[in-house]
Amino acid sequence: MEVIKADVAIVGAGGGGLRAAIAVAERDPQLSIVLVSKVYPMRSHTVAAEGGAAAVTQAHDSLDAHFHDTVAGGDWLCDQDVVEYFVAHSHEEMVQMEHWGCPWNRKADGHVNVRAFGGMKIERTWFAADKSGFHMLHTLFQTSIKYPSIRRLDEHFCVDLVVDEGRVQGVVAIEIATGEFRLVQAKAVIIATGGAGRVFRENTNGGIVTGDGMALAYRHGVPLRDMEFVQYHPTCMPGTGLLFTEACRGEGGFLLNKHGYRYLQDYGLGPADPSPRNKAMELGPRDRLSQAYWHEKREGRTIAGPHGDVVHLDLRHLGEEKLRERLPQICELAVQYLGVDPARQPIPVLPAVHYTMGGIVANGRTAAPLPGLYSVGECSSVGIHGANRLGSNSLTELLVFGKVAGEEAAAYAKTVPHGSAAAVAALADDARGHALAPLAREDGNERTSTLRREMAQSMEDGCGIYRTAAAMQATCDKLAELKERSRRVRLDDRSKGWNTDWLLAIELGYQLDVAQAIVHSALQRCESRGSHQRLDDYEARDDANFLKHSLAYCTGTGAPRIDYGPVTITSSPPGKRAYGAAGEQAEAERLIQQEAIDARVA
Amino acid sequence: MPASPETIDLDVLRYRPEQDEGPVWQRFAVPYASDMSVLQALQHIKDEQDGSLTFRWSCRMAICGSCGMMVNGRPALACQTFLRDMLPGPVRVEPLAHFPIERDLVVNADDFIRKLESIKPYLIPKSPRSLADGEYLQTPQQLAQFEQYSSCINCMLCYSACPQYGLDDAFTGPGVLALLHRYNADSRDGGRAARMEILNAEEGVWSCTAVGYCSEVCPKHVDPANAVNQNKLNSAMDYFLRFVSPRGASR
Repeated sequence: MEVIKADVAIVGAGGGGLRAAIAVAERDPQLSIVLVSKVYPMRSHTVAAEGGAAAVTQAHDSLDAHFHDTVAGGDWLCDQDVVEYFVAHSHEEMVQMEHWGCPWNRKADGHVNVRAFGGMKIERTWFAADKSGFHMLHTLFQTSIKYPSIRRLDEHFCVDLVVDEGRVQGVVAIEIATGEFRLVQAKAVIIATGGAGRVFRENTNGGIVTGDGMALAYRHGVPLRDMEFVQYHPTCMPGTGLLFTEACRGEGGFLLNKHGYRYLQDYGLGPADPSPRNKAMELGPRDRLSQAYWHEKREGRTIAGPHGDVVHLDLRHLGEEKLRERLPQICELAVQYLGVDPARQPIPVLPAVHYTMGGIVANGRTAAPLPGLYSVGECSSVGIHGANRLGSNSLTELLVFGKVAGEEAAAYAKTVPHGSAAAVAALADDARGHALAPLAREDGNERTSTLRREMAQSMEDGCGIYRTAAAMQATCDKLAELKERSRRVRLDDRSKGWNTDWLLAIELGYQLDVAQAIVHSALQRCESRGSHQRLDDYEARDDANFLKHSLAYCTGTGAPRIDYGPVTITSSPPGKRAYGAAGEQAEAERLIQQEAIDARVA
Repeated sequence: MPASPETIDLDVLRYRPEQDEGPVWQRFAVPYASDMSVLQALQHIKDEQDGSLTFRWSCRMAICGSCGMMVNGRPALACQTFLRDMLPGPVRVEPLAHFPIERDLVVNADDFIRKLESIKPYLIPKSPRSLADGEYLQTPQQLAQFEQYSSCINCMLCYSACPQYGLDDAFTGPGVLALLHRYNADSRDGGRAARMEILNAEEGVWSCTAVGYCSEVCPKHVDPANAVNQNKLNSAMDYFLRFVSPRGASR
């Protein structure tokens, strides 16, 4: 097996991986970097992010406001020290992106423009039309070309981490075009492989979003944290799940039920102003909006469609010119895929799985408990999203914590030597053997696609917007069955080069591990918080018992073991999470209490 | 309107270098639905009929640029090409023209990537600025000068459409020239001189024979033909001005 030595290996070349690579290169040009990605970097799923990236920008905004929006939006399951760092470093990262050429939307005076977003008190979302992730990803990829110390292994599929002497020492990858294995022997490894939304049936994610890095870390004993918190985005395309950005509502769009009624006012999100005020109605947080859809459907107030019941996203009143300037991609998607012109007709939408709030456990500096291992982005649980992520915090997260991960990995790599080449090579050979096993199997009788479809349906049935113990248990059982059956997959394709049949089987293994972590964590969280909502006697938040992070540990082939860890609270004790007029009332009370505390301290 | 068919045929050009001597056509029948894309038809084949069929895809929404292929002889993104527009079939699906086939519908993109990397596709600041200085000012009009050219998703359809690239792959080609123009046309950028060397070479803009098919097939309205032609003007200006100004006209 070819061995490539590097100081830092990075798995995943989306926004987080690229930002980390640049950070390593800028920190010390002498450090060698190998960036491994199963697709060309600009294909990474960051590309599909639409709405924008949050950073406190306007004079009347404050870090404190962004902090409180994020912590309350996460239903107090955020690590507040990490959120403090995040909001304080967001703006400089957005400016850095601007200096690298990102074509942010501008105001007439030439300054960068910001837009409103769900759950955000003040407009602070930087955007590039409705292709913000696309522009960020291409800007980062193109900028990365400047740095000679970044060596890319494009279209290389990672099959394992190499862990020896208690620390991570590299990664093993398959060159997809040839089927050849490569060992990247590294002193530090950053995982930046994105989320796992494809474990659910209806989702907004690209086909590559299969939880690879999460599963790899998990198999080496690193717990996955808060995996039960899965975000349903409320406005997606029926059938495909493709995303209609929250910016549709940030720009003033309405959500209507079959009576043409803005139903969100019935779910504590009103008043129904003609143009939604921030943190109210259509600008409420995603979990609440998806839950409201669920209730409307149950009450028979949704609209039957060929791919399920829908509500209407109405943008007609925004006018053609604004739609063209601010939401061009949305308009094209609606016209091409649905035959709907948003300037003239409302868009049929329904919720679909969009984002995994949890991930590889990481301290506030992105480090895993396994020395040498770091993570950034959707695969990571650095602690800023809690039980529900606010839209436009995740693109910023890639930048703020991508930089941190790069700098931390660079610093660590300078303190350790490469380990024993022989030991590492032997481990890599083992990993190669495991990866090759499905290719050699002759007696299998299962198809990967069948197992994948059953998994995705079961996850939707058991771990959707509302959950019950019985349905979750059924999904736990189903996943155990699927795992067993996955050992009998028979491949149609026995080639070496470009054998995606084989890679899909390996990905299914990653997905089943992550799916188990999600549903077992969910089953054991006996409360409702943020995106985790139960219907079976646990319908309220329970801070006494569950103001804590879940930690899913791999136990080999069986179900994960679920443990818990503390949540860091600094300045915001758990309070009432409310939006609309009720939210404004709660916010006023909080400020009065805070002033009283400040006065006592003074 | 005629009734929708139950199924539709896809003729797919297969090439498995470990077993085929050369590319061969294979016909598959897939269930028809009016909102089904060519990508979904290929996924159906892979999932239900033949797991060895190989193609790139990811986002499904025409932004990641993975699923470019020839559909009925025309370069297209499979994810935004719909079976309803191809009735009654068969739909002919081939790998992107002008690139070496690696396997089935997967082509080798090395040449495109190498070209993209070669043209300094990053901002070279006219006047460097620290983070503490905040953002560069850029008016909406200045943004509009390059925004369209920044929308390229690197899907390579324009290379399959370009007759010149088909004849001689030394030509830098439409997509990468559009990207080069994107940075040259950015009010924050001062890197034009460094990029002009690449541009003035024979393989740069002058190879373009102004057919314009590249812009026609572009799924993102980047209009690479227009970028190439603007660069011809710039390139000509640069050529003449180098005689009066020793460092060219690039500032």
